[in-house]
Amino acid sequence: MITTLIYSLTGLILFGMGFFTLIIHSHPLRKILAVNVMSTGVFLILVATAYIPLGEGEIDPVPHAMVLTGIVVSVSVTALALILACRIQETSNSSLPGRKQQGEVPEESIR
Amino acid sequence: MSRTGKSHKRLDGFQRLLLLLVICMVMLLGYIIWSTPGSKPVLTDAVAQMQEYSGVESPVTAVLLNFRGYDTLLEVMVLLLAVIGTWSLTEAFFPVQGSEISPVQMGAVRLLAPVMCLVAAYLVWQGSHLAGGAFQGGAILGAAGVLVLVTELPGLRTIPVLSLRIGLVLGPLLFTGTALFCLFITGDLLGYPKGAGGWMILLVETGCAVSIGLTLALLFAGGRPDKESIWKNNP
Repeated sequence: MITTLIYSLTGLILFGMGFFTLIIHSHPLRKILAVNVMSTGVFLILVATAYIPLGEGEIDPVPHAMVLTGIVVSVSVTALALILACRIQETSNSSLPGRKQQGEVPEESIR
Repeated sequence: MSRTGKSHKRLDGFQRLLLLLVICMVMLLGYIIWSTPGSKPVLTDAVAQMQEYSGVESPVTAVLLNFRGYDTLLEVMVLLLAVIGTWSLTEAFFPVQGSEISPVQMGAVRLLAPVMCLVAAYLVWQGSHLAGGAFQGGAILGAAGVLVLVTELPGLRTIPVLSLRIGLVLGPLLFTGTALFCLFITGDLLGYPKGAGGWMILLVETGCAVSIGLTLALLFAGGRPDKESIWKNNP
């Protein structure tokens, strides 16, 4: 029980961190990374719910199967999102919004 | 956030409010996880009861390719869609040919790539009775592909594009074909005929592992094969 709780809460904190970063940062790369951290947290929670101490019965295979496919799908979605972000930067004349706020205009609000 | 400054940029009012809200959400979700009654898997018994009909011994593989095969079929399609999206957006960029490959790197690739293919094949075969299967095997195949890609072997440019395309759709086609075959035989989509589930699952898994491995490696390459310089259509 305590093991499940530790892993679930870790996943939850990862999810929260990713969610916060997703909202406050405007740079696409940071958003993609944030979504990745969020999905890792969700996977951790899903696997933790399927955890059963050794010798107390079989594992729950359904969350495991879902996470298994989910990891591969999230990798491919990340790749597609990165390429889309690269295309946006290539085709737009101005630099990406996140970069401006990092450099010259530090006072500018992220809103 | 400034990277060069000594201290991080202070959060403004909106961000503080947001931080507070996110912390509230996390605490609420944490309370939900805390108060959820201890792990009492509901579906474990259901899976265990139907295990003998699935044709495989590993419960995860049985769920993945038999009980919830429809899910997996669609996820394999998502992978294919990701490659199609990537290929339609950009061309793969590779440095010009002629760069020396260091002997250490070459030796590592020579040593590792065949072993990785072997491990991938073993994992796919092992999926029927232990942990393993198409996705794990495909991930290792993808890693082998990435290893070969970063080495920039000159042989990469001579791979015909058609074979890549066939490899990409092999898994989805085998999966769809099996599903339709089962539809004709038993009347259910992906309802494997009695006794034939084992080898059908192995067939689908083998095809999917090849496709997943190729998908991951080609996503790493990041674009469609460039017609002029690399991967040109050799007869």
